[in-house]
Amino acid sequence: MEAQELHLTVNGEDHSLACDPDLPLLDVLRAGLGLAGPRFGCGLGLCGACMVIIDGKARSSCDYPAWAAEGTEVTTVEGLRHDGALHAVQQAFLDEQAAQCGYCTSGMIVAAAALLAANPGPTEQEVRNALDGNLCRCGTYGRVVAAVLRAAAR
Amino acid sequence: MTPPPRGLAAYPSLAANPVLSSWLAFCPGGTVTIRPGKVEYGQGVWTALAQVAAEELDVALARVTVAPVSTDTSPDEGVTSGSLSIQHSGSALRQACAQARAVLLEVAAGKLGTAELTVQDGQILAAGQPTGLSYWSLASPGLLDREAGDPVPVKPPREWSVAGRSAPRLDLPDKVTGRPRFLHDLVLPGMRYGRVVRPPAAVAELVSTGDPDLPPDVVVVRDGSFLGVVARTDAEALRAARVVAKAASWRVTESLPDDRDLKGFLLSAPTQDVPVESRRDEGAAASATTVRTAEYTRPFLAHASMAPSCAIARWDGEQVTAWSHSQGVFALRDALAAGLGLDPALVTVHHAEGAGAYGHNGADDATLDAVLLARAVPGRPVRVLWSREDEMGWAPLGPAMLARLSAGLDARGRIVTWRQDVWSNGFIGRPGRGGDPRLLALAHLAGGQPMPPAPDGPPTGAMGSTRNAVPGYDIPDLEVVRHRLLTMPIRTSSLRSLGAFLNVFAIESFMDELAECAGADPVAFRLAHLTDPRAAAVIEAVAEFSGWAGRPRQEGTGYGIGYARYKGLAGYCAAVAEVEARDDVHVRRLWLAVDVGTVINPDGVVNQVEGGAVQSTSWAIRERVTFDRARITSLSWDTYPVLRFTEVPGVAVRIVAAPGEPETGAGEIAQGPVAAAIGNALAQAAGVRVRDLPLTREQVIRAIEQA
Repeated sequence: MEAQELHLTVNGEDHSLACDPDLPLLDVLRAGLGLAGPRFGCGLGLCGACMVIIDGKARSSCDYPAWAAEGTEVTTVEGLRHDGALHAVQQAFLDEQAAQCGYCTSGMIVAAAALLAANPGPTEQEVRNALDGNLCRCGTYGRVVAAVLRAAAR
Repeated sequence: MTPPPRGLAAYPSLAANPVLSSWLAFCPGGTVTIRPGKVEYGQGVWTALAQVAAEELDVALARVTVAPVSTDTSPDEGVTSGSLSIQHSGSALRQACAQARAVLLEVAAGKLGTAELTVQDGQILAAGQPTGLSYWSLASPGLLDREAGDPVPVKPPREWSVAGRSAPRLDLPDKVTGRPRFLHDLVLPGMRYGRVVRPPAAVAELVSTGDPDLPPDVVVVRDGSFLGVVARTDAEALRAARVVAKAASWRVTESLPDDRDLKGFLLSAPTQDVPVESRRDEGAAASATTVRTAEYTRPFLAHASMAPSCAIARWDGEQVTAWSHSQGVFALRDALAAGLGLDPALVTVHHAEGAGAYGHNGADDATLDAVLLARAVPGRPVRVLWSREDEMGWAPLGPAMLARLSAGLDARGRIVTWRQDVWSNGFIGRPGRGGDPRLLALAHLAGGQPMPPAPDGPPTGAMGSTRNAVPGYDIPDLEVVRHRLLTMPIRTSSLRSLGAFLNVFAIESFMDELAECAGADPVAFRLAHLTDPRAAAVIEAVAEFSGWAGRPRQEGTGYGIGYARYKGLAGYCAAVAEVEARDDVHVRRLWLAVDVGTVINPDGVVNQVEGGAVQSTSWAIRERVTFDRARITSLSWDTYPVLRFTEVPGVAVRIVAAPGEPETGAGEIAQGPVAAAIGNALAQAAGVRVRDLPLTREQVIRAIEQA
């Protein structure tokens, strides 16, 4: 558990920080960089609450070792704003009121943003498939699908 | 103006906390801070309460902020549960705001020499013209430190412009941008991180901690069989907890029932049997020509919140300060004090948001964990986070239940007699209930006693396991009996809708079975046994907009209906489900019509009903806590799957207007009717009645084999 120097870009900013390379990336982002958006849900990559975009792909960060993030470009929900304006998916979540407790929301938004970057005009089924790794215990799935389709239509 | 009821009796929260300034304050910068005693956990209650205050004060909604609940500063409104927040907190706040408004207008009248005053966004107008006075210029310090007087008139709903309309949730902008908002995000200066090492079984005694190899700055806390660590970072605490767990040895007792025979467990345990409702009409009962009996069961269900429980605590000398996402910080404060032998006046609990809560989950227990671990590092806050496995295995569960129903139809196909027996562990197991602190770790401390079986509340059709066990239909001869289990091998407590989930599933499944006996359409059969026009209205609405009548039969697809008035006295809900049963059980669509009386935030109601419908679907077709003879085994999303994006039905909700009717909650009304609608739809789709939840492929096959 020797600390090593980790270099990565988070939300457009370069960071180098000393950390245990076996730590989950989620810990680096939360404890190391003070980001609250990625959230711990299960630690096994099964719920999506911790999702971030790593080199363009939405991934769970709770089971993603820090060493594997070396040299990558990471975007969290905090980094989706552009010039101070909300990302289309964030705005659509507000427009559809697509949340209850909101604990899963950042992971959902990140997953949806990654989907729309790769596939700007997804079908409803493609949205459901893309977000199937994101769980919501409050049952807001229908609103989330509507929000992602609304963002895609913008 | 609506004439006010006499005295504050109609406002229990205000009567208990009568000082106006404990409810609201006018703050510099032209804002109003309201201080409800009810907590936000994703149900949107803060937004609705802000609407109530803005409406009654005549200020813009954007001026209203909501103060977090704290035992130090908030009115004690008990636990945020039972779908009562809008009724209790909303009515208290509305009355407190109306009285505060009157106090300020009286001061304004004195200054202006006229009482003909109105308010526009907090500015005082005389004859429609600005006076230069506002709430903020008038609200001198201490002015609202007075007790509420007799109720004053409040604005009637027809004059509302802020309440009664959909308002966006106040908390969502933070949540879509990832701003720190949850207790899990709170970092206090000098904070340390704790983790608890739970026993490896429901009943286990710590024999030895062994000799764990730990970094020097890790503190190990042991008290009896309570074991935990405190470290500088959460990662270090987690690592240390794993080392400590590996080194510890335990004496395990096999204490759990057979999870493949829940009926056997429920029917063989000692019980306390109490009548819930008894109205006898022997003549009617004797006219029965057909008698049917059936048993329906549900398994233990988990809260399975998205976030594992979290808490922070700090000791300063004799004083304890804790931060918790508990639904009842006042009861938690008292339970912490009672459990640890402290003066409650020395304990403060601040609420901070957690993930969605659907009843009594691990939040309170985690708070005690934090308090116990923080004792080892006086003066420092210690944050405890449960693991996913501990959340699934140690948070209280919704109890397994059995409902045995028996009914008689007369020659005309009318129900003339009904008997319902309900077996269950108690649901009312929150901290302090029944006089015991009821916090998990207390049983593990040296000299700790096992937690007594959960109470179940007064034996009525509104409480505990017999919530909604009294059918809302017109039945002349009726008897309902509660059989509360007096042993509790698996810890149980409140889970959304309590016994209503199974009781409504049972009653509404049975209604379909009886309708079939009577040769009646399920909708017509229900309507024939209902005299309450609001009940009929939701059933007729859902039948109409789901296209109930005249839908062509399709092989493998079924439609079913379920109805209940929540608790027998609150919101009405009727649901129709479309279920496909080919390779597996798929719920394709749900339609719901609800009447929750006067509505503060229509979109908030729809959101709650949609969410309740989806969660109920998940319970109905997927969820079951599993265990072996020593421990819970459904500890992850793999072993306790919940409904996901590709499986959720389309949900359509329609609010049936009920102008002038009192407000009721909306968060729990869908649970029973949706499960019942799904069960009835499945019976049509699969051609066989499944009476044991969850309604899985395996249960369908079993039912076919038994048929």
